Amino acid sequence: MTDYNHAKIILEAKKLEAWFGDFQAVKGITVDYREKTINAIIGPSGCGKSTYLRCLNRIHEEIEGARTAGEVLLEGENIYDKKVDVVDVRRRIGMVFQKPNPFPSMSILDNVVIGLRLQGISKRSTLLETAESCLRKAALWDEVKDKLSSMGTSLSGGQQQRLCIARALAVNPPVLLMDEPTSALDPIATAKIEELMNEIKKDYTVIIVTHNMQQAARISDFTSFFHYGNMVEHGMSSNIFTNPKEKSTEDYISGRFG
Amino acid sequence: MMKLNYRLYRKTKNFAFLVLTLGSAIAVLIPLFMIIQFVLVQGASSLTLDFFTELPKPVGELGGGMKHAIVGTICLVILGAAIAVPIGVTCGIYLSEFRKSKLSKNLKLTVDLMSGIPSIVIGIFAYLMVVVPLKSFSALAGGIALSIIMLPIIIKTSEEILKLVPDHIREAGLALGLPRWKVILFVVLKGEISNLLTGIILAISRAAGETAPLLFTAFGNMYMSYGLNQPMASLPVQIYTYAISPYKEWQKQAWAGAFVLMVLILSMNLFARYILTKIKDKKGIS
Ligand SMILES: Nc1ncnc2c1ncn2[C@@H]1O[C@H](COP(=O)(O)OP(=O)(O)OP(=O)(O)O)[C@@H](O)[C@H]1O
Ligand SMILES: [Mg+2]
Repeated sequence: MTDYNHAKIILEAKKLEAWFGDFQAVKGITVDYREKTINAIIGPSGCGKSTYLRCLNRIHEEIEGARTAGEVLLEGENIYDKKVDVVDVRRRIGMVFQKPNPFPSMSILDNVVIGLRLQGISKRSTLLETAESCLRKAALWDEVKDKLSSMGTSLSGGQQQRLCIARALAVNPPVLLMDEPTSALDPIATAKIEELMNEIKKDYTVIIVTHNMQQAARISDFTSFFHYGNMVEHGMSSNIFTNPKEKSTEDYISGRFG
Repeated sequence: MMKLNYRLYRKTKNFAFLVLTLGSAIAVLIPLFMIIQFVLVQGASSLTLDFFTELPKPVGELGGGMKHAIVGTICLVILGAAIAVPIGVTCGIYLSEFRKSKLSKNLKLTVDLMSGIPSIVIGIFAYLMVVVPLKSFSALAGGIALSIIMLPIIIKTSEEILKLVPDHIREAGLALGLPRWKVILFVVLKGEISNLLTGIILAISRAAGETAPLLFTAFGNMYMSYGLNQPMASLPVQIYTYAISPYKEWQKQAWAGAFVLMVLILSMNLFARYILTKIKDKKGIS
């Protein structure tokens, strides 16, 4: 693996906590992410991975009764600062959700280009080019190129998830959060998405939640292990998977619980 | 033996239930069909081409029509919708998209109360608020009265329709870095336009048949008028005036009017449905 110790830190969580009403789902997480790396988050179901990820682009606060504490620094600037424009934050930190959520009543093409179009880009050729390249990156182009005008929701679950990946790529965010993007995909599509991540790593920083240990070990530079809303361990993936420091990490990755 | 008895018992119960539900369905349908048949028979037989192209004739003279009332109803309804649709849809959006706010909860209660106000009271209200200050019955007052009838229907249906859009769709829009207003307009609302239209047409067709709110506002007249500040005829008021008159010819005209009003409202509904299917069929880059 490459030496990332000199790479710039692009995103940083500081004592980040998250609640749903009185229930605390994320309990003070401090970690930093270096530019142009792939960072995996692993941990048993319900341990707060999605909630944590949703705090990194301030989507968590959209849920009624949900709140956060602590800081998230994007290139040194706290995104929870009152002066910061949340729209700008979300433009720079894209997200693929755990459940596929294509826009209903929009065609496949419209789903991919809606972000650009609503940013004011209306040139049809530009939109079509972007759509094709993003759909190709998301390994969906060949399946949909002949039916770009059918509804996004008419696709299968796995296809919808790839459509959502293409949609997130189209607006070109330097940081991309992916919540189990391949859990609904077959091995071929999964391999293609992993290929994509390796590809976009040249320009982007990726933070990915996954239940697939092999996947985390294969593609990620760093891995964090979450348990009960805490980050038990964080480090180079090569170390975490071969030589974990914590007993619970070892138990989890070797499949003894979780 | 036991088994047979049980089966008989079950079958009887089934049958009784069937009779009961079927009976109530028919009980509902009978008056509906009778109304339609009545209006159709009486109205269609009184209907002539003159009805659409002529103004009323004085009592005693045969013929004449309700051109002015047909045009008047269309104008009043358009006026009412022009006021109620923008306000109503915006209120509905507010209630659905900002449902946590305190104002939202109060607004909701107000709308519920509003939909329960008798239409005659709305008529009196518009009379006091518009007719009295302007010192004249007017189309404007009629349009405002109709818009008050439409408002709660439009607000409620818009709110309900938008609330059915799942939150993860909004989250997906916000996560693309789109401002909330764009997410509401171009993501949440865009998919629901056809449904919103249904609510609007529902409100319009409800208002188009109202008499009470127009009696003291638009009032009615016997000639063509387009002025906002002048009285304006409308089918329901014209029907009302003619139906209670002692003259045979006028009563026939009232039947014809009832028939036209019914067809108008019915075709409005059908037209809405037609547009709905059109919108639903339309796909692709817009
Ligand atoms: N909308 C919500 N309201 C209340 N509690 C919630 C809500 N969403 C999640 N939780 C709770 O927060 C905790 C963390 O949930 P989260 O979705 O972050 O888990 P996760 O690690 O992503 O799990 P999985 O691997 O199954 O996706 C869970 O205990 C869950 O019950
Ligand atoms: Mg999750």
